[in-house]
Amino acid sequence: MAKFLRNDLVVLAIFAVVVLAMPIWLQPLGAGYPDLLQRFAIYGIFAIGFNILFGLTGYLSFGHAAFLGVGSYAAVWSFKLLSLNVIPAVMLSIVVAGLFAAVIGFICLRRSGIYFSILTLAFAQMSYNLAYSVLTPITNGETGLRVLRADPRVIDGMLGVDAKGVLVTDLFGISMSGYSGFYFCAAMLIIGFFFAMRIMRSPFGMMLKAIKSNQNRMSYTGFNTRPYALAAFVISGMYAGLAGALLAATDPLAGAERMQWTASGEVVLMTILGGAGTLVGPFLGAGIIKYFENIFSAFNQQALNQAFSFLPEWLQDIVVGVISPFVGEGWHLTLGVVFMLIVIFLPGGLMEGFRRLGRLFTSGGNGPDRRKAASPAAQPQAAE
Amino acid sequence: MANLSVKDVSKSFGGLMALDQVNLEVTAGAVHAIIGPNGAGKSTLLNCFVGRLKPDTGTVMFGDQPLLGLPPHRINQAGVARVFQTPEIFEDLTLVDNVMIPAFARRDGAFKLNALPSLSKQTDVRDHAEHVLEDVGLADSRNAIAGTLSRGDKRRLELAMCLVQDPRLLLLDEPTAGMSRADTNNTIDLLKKIGERGITKIVIEHDMHVVFSLAHRISVLAQGTVIAEGSPDEIKGNPKVQEAYLGGTH
Ligand SMILES: Nc1ncnc2c1ncn2[C@@H]1O[C@H](COP(=O)(O)OP(=O)(O)OP(=O)(O)O)[C@@H](O)[C@H]1O
Ligand SMILES: [Mg+2]
Repeated sequence: MAKFLRNDLVVLAIFAVVVLAMPIWLQPLGAGYPDLLQRFAIYGIFAIGFNILFGLTGYLSFGHAAFLGVGSYAAVWSFKLLSLNVIPAVMLSIVVAGLFAAVIGFICLRRSGIYFSILTLAFAQMSYNLAYSVLTPITNGETGLRVLRADPRVIDGMLGVDAKGVLVTDLFGISMSGYSGFYFCAAMLIIGFFFAMRIMRSPFGMMLKAIKSNQNRMSYTGFNTRPYALAAFVISGMYAGLAGALLAATDPLAGAERMQWTASGEVVLMTILGGAGTLVGPFLGAGIIKYFENIFSAFNQQALNQAFSFLPEWLQDIVVGVISPFVGEGWHLTLGVVFMLIVIFLPGGLMEGFRRLGRLFTSGGNGPDRRKAASPAAQPQAAE
Repeated sequence: MANLSVKDVSKSFGGLMALDQVNLEVTAGAVHAIIGPNGAGKSTLLNCFVGRLKPDTGTVMFGDQPLLGLPPHRINQAGVARVFQTPEIFEDLTLVDNVMIPAFARRDGAFKLNALPSLSKQTDVRDHAEHVLEDVGLADSRNAIAGTLSRGDKRRLELAMCLVQDPRLLLLDEPTAGMSRADTNNTIDLLKKIGERGITKIVIEHDMHVVFSLAHRISVLAQGTVIAEGSPDEIKGNPKVQEAYLGGTH
């Protein structure tokens, strides 16, 4: 089984089938509608990219939402100036976010540990505030940047493609809303997953893991660690830019709130929840958080009262009173509690949980000699 | 072949003079032992060679290349590898990975964006790494996680990580500490064997059995100064050494 999962194409094929079939197998869970599916794919890309930096090198960035926001703005500008086609938008976003990440990464990587995290956070908050203030001509401030009928769209103009009716983004004529939007995001997710897998299983990926393990030893071994970490930072910034472009492609509006520190924190939670450093963990974490966000934030006082109406009234009041701070607007409270539980009891994330379960079932025959090779954080990526 | 020449190196920590005008000449291809009581400044001296510390004064030349002021990775790329007093290994990677990483540093230099080729296709590097693991006697646990090894085995692993790079100068800070007698003797044999390849070695050791079976020359360091230097026989007979070291703490 493990050997078979070493083959990149096999893993990719399984992943692609699972992702493309999401509309089917998520239907019974009440998540089979395009809007939510798009979010699964987009935040999956964001988390998979983030994992290349955080999961492999151990550098914890608290500012990756800045690249998501930059990607969104770049995409909307592409829709305004070039074309409503998503291909130029995606390419432009990846390039712009990559350049932005190169500058921020170059500065932040002069420090490591907590100081690195604080620097990234500071840069992201600066970007957020600039988007609201001096950069208003580019970002359109609080209103947000949107596509207008009067925009030039030079490529569309040259090709004689004219947007009729509502302005929607497209892929050579296929509208990017609904299921076709989801399948485009899913295709990007599968491509992004493939590259992440290649990186993790390459010599470069090995160097990143070695930096996480012992950066000192890396230097005395002859490696200049800074360009390695910077490359990982830029790559993860490009993934964030792609995710931002897709957010704009499925809903052509970019606002600064996408750069908020809460959004940066969310991708950290996704990665840790699923399992930092693992191949599919980050995608899993992103899916689970977006799924429960959708459920929990839909609940309100009234819905709760209805759900517990079978209880005697006094008990109903107590139960609803206890639960209501955790749902609706209070969903982040639930997320915080879940996150604490994970970090305390399952620091390797859900993938670590699955691995432990797997070991429970298989350890009967070949316990002792297996254990030697399977220290928790370090099992080479076979079990994913 | 390059000599290592150390001239007038001094280093103080606050008021403590850890190294005081140290001079040292290590001939290419030789095994040079540095002995001395605890706190004499032996490890501090090695730290000055590999870029971990910058001495207050003095020069360190490896052949015609000055080492002082270079970052650690440049010093390693110049051919200097070190085994540390407390093992510096990749604790949560496997033994093969631990040895493959330095092999990549030798093959690809200080930075190469080798992000798409598959690791499983780098058979030349893997074979080389496994071969060196065999040399140090760790081939059986090649897929174990390095953090699970005993202290002595970690040291052998670190030695393998250095040897795989085919260094020109090998710095060994207590390479046999924590090892059983048998493993110590194996390590001595191994170091003698690689000595035939002409690698220059500096060995810091408290174990006199190791020192006298390996060293061509010995320097004695005490309180930051070299109090004696000579062949093993000269050092054995030197009364100053007896007093400061052999008769003292041991
Ligand atoms: N980074 C440092 N900061 C402050 N003092 C230090 C530092 N490194 C070493 N020292 C001091 O310098 C002196 C020399 O230490 P060093 O580690 O070089 O001794 P050593 O000869 O290697 O001893 P041992 O045989 O115990 O390893 C000691 O008194 C030590 O406390
Ligand atoms: Mg020492």
